[in-house]
Amino acid sequence: MTAQLNSSFRGTQDLPKWLSPTLLVGFFLASFGFQVLLASGGETAEINFIPVAVFGLLGFSVALYVISRVIEGVRKATDRLVTIMVSTAFSLALIPLISLAYTVVTKGVARFDAEFFTFSMRNVVGGGGGALHAIIGTIEITGIATLISVPIGIMAAIYLVEYGRGTIARLVTFFVDVMTGVPSIVAGLFAYALFVIFFGPGVRMGLGGAIALSLLMIPVVIRATEEMLKIVPNELREAAYALGVPKWLTVLKVVLPTSLAGIATGIMIAIARVIGETAPLLLIAGFTASMNYNPFDERMMTLPVFVYTSYANQGVDMQAYLDRAWAGALTLMLIVMVLNLVARLISKYFSPKG
Amino acid sequence: MTDIKPKAVRRLGDVVFANLAFFAGVSILATLATVAAFLFAQSVPAFTGPPIDAASDGFLSYVIPFVFGTVYASLIGLAIATPLAVGIALYISHFANRRFAQVLGYAVDLLAAIPSVVYGLWGILVLAPFLSPTFNWLNENLGWIPIFAGQVSATGRTMLTVGIVLAIMVLPIMAALIREIFLQTPRLHEEAALALGATRWEMIKMAVLPFGRPGIISAAMLGLGRALGETMAVAMVLSPAAVVSFAVLTSTNSNTIAANIALQFPEAGGNYTNLLIATGLVLFAITMVVNMFARWVISRRAEFSGAN
Repeated sequence: MTAQLNSSFRGTQDLPKWLSPTLLVGFFLASFGFQVLLASGGETAEINFIPVAVFGLLGFSVALYVISRVIEGVRKATDRLVTIMVSTAFSLALIPLISLAYTVVTKGVARFDAEFFTFSMRNVVGGGGGALHAIIGTIEITGIATLISVPIGIMAAIYLVEYGRGTIARLVTFFVDVMTGVPSIVAGLFAYALFVIFFGPGVRMGLGGAIALSLLMIPVVIRATEEMLKIVPNELREAAYALGVPKWLTVLKVVLPTSLAGIATGIMIAIARVIGETAPLLLIAGFTASMNYNPFDERMMTLPVFVYTSYANQGVDMQAYLDRAWAGALTLMLIVMVLNLVARLISKYFSPKG
Repeated sequence: MTDIKPKAVRRLGDVVFANLAFFAGVSILATLATVAAFLFAQSVPAFTGPPIDAASDGFLSYVIPFVFGTVYASLIGLAIATPLAVGIALYISHFANRRFAQVLGYAVDLLAAIPSVVYGLWGILVLAPFLSPTFNWLNENLGWIPIFAGQVSATGRTMLTVGIVLAIMVLPIMAALIREIFLQTPRLHEEAALALGATRWEMIKMAVLPFGRPGIISAAMLGLGRALGETMAVAMVLSPAAVVSFAVLTSTNSNTIAANIALQFPEAGGNYTNLLIATGLVLFAITMVVNMFARWVISRRAEFSGAN
């Protein structure tokens, strides 16, 4: 007991502020130097950055822990160790984000040109060609999915917030949450299973893709709308009732306009989420090299499927196919970023003030 | 007292609107039921029709490697993602300063917005070659551990790569959920701990983690649900085989249900299509169970409902 007390009160001094960053830089340099030595000594073929990071971090953690334990005591030493671990976890998560963004931009610009946006892949072998057919397909299919999901989603949210009481409402809430977890490929299979009944086996059409996407989109729209309707103050509804406005007009003319900016933001984010879906479109919309403006007939290319097939079915000039895949990925990322940005701008500038 | 009961006027608009809203709500239940029903109906020909070459030993022996691959890949992803997600959530909620933390939150949310096909492309062309030397090192030095044994894949298209890609993909949603829960820790608990002289870690251990534990569990379950259904990244990265294998560094890996459907479906014909739909139904059932359990855990503590 006395020993414990002693150890927990031992060391009342704090470490100087400069020590921890100095140690960090020092150990990474040392670890890097060691790898350079190994590489020049012919032990390893080239410098691998994974051991550099691992040993640098390990050395830094051990050194800081030991020094802190001696000077500051065990409790502060543990605190420092945890701080290192938490910060490491965070930086680890940023590495893929940075690497992804860097790779997609640097490799995507090679074919990010006018031809990419004005040509389809019809009769293109090797270099050249573009993704116009895929962009048109993505716009049409996502557009139809939005047209289906938004009214259903908003009405269902209105039901949950304004009308729903009792068991059915609880069930609906629960299954909306469950529905957000339906795998996208299952949505694609569902659309196929539905269309096969009317059009026979092997059916492929853009409309099916729209159905599959709306299955994924509806729960997101409901969630977003529900959150927004819930924060409309009850005083507004009561004021409308007091003036003799019927409930449905209260919802349409008071509640919805108040929360419109938030709902628009939610819809934008929902679109951004489904526009990158590949698997369901691969199953039911299929892939083609030609333009197809008609979502009710025949195969229709979409941008994510374009990226996938460019990679998966590489032709003779491999690099040309890969370049097109990266350019498609860059286009897709830009669309998603723009949608997210627009969503943030809408919620910033159009939401009710006060 | 005279018996005057004020009777609300039933306006036509009210009735129509209320019913519209009701049907929209109930259509969610109907849709999920329809999904299950149609998938089931389309699965039946796989069992009644002529035998299928790909599944000559029956449906079970066809689907079991895929079920194993699906669960195994997701669990690897989850094992990597959960500690990282807790770390990220702690960093944003309790370590970074407030302004910086908001920007960091956006950055992590951005990861969630990246389409899975882009992850797939990055995983196969950037991550797999990058990890390949490390796999060799692991195999040479830790090869006595069964999961690292075997002939190392030369391309890096292994189960472990897939697990890492899945971890990166489920990380944002898990981190966001756990962060929300950590931020809800009662301020008084935290300040009481600090006032008693606790260091930041001791405060987290005493106040934040016990409060957030159910949230961490449910976030892990939701992450699992996501990882189970992830298709394109797995289909592009993994070099598949129809085996049940725990080795994570070789080029014979158990494929996942979703990736197998994506790879086979475009070329499938006859009742092979129905067989694939039947495997899809199995996947649907697995993810439903996982998601329903996660939602049940969350709904026991209603304040955690900010899942999206």
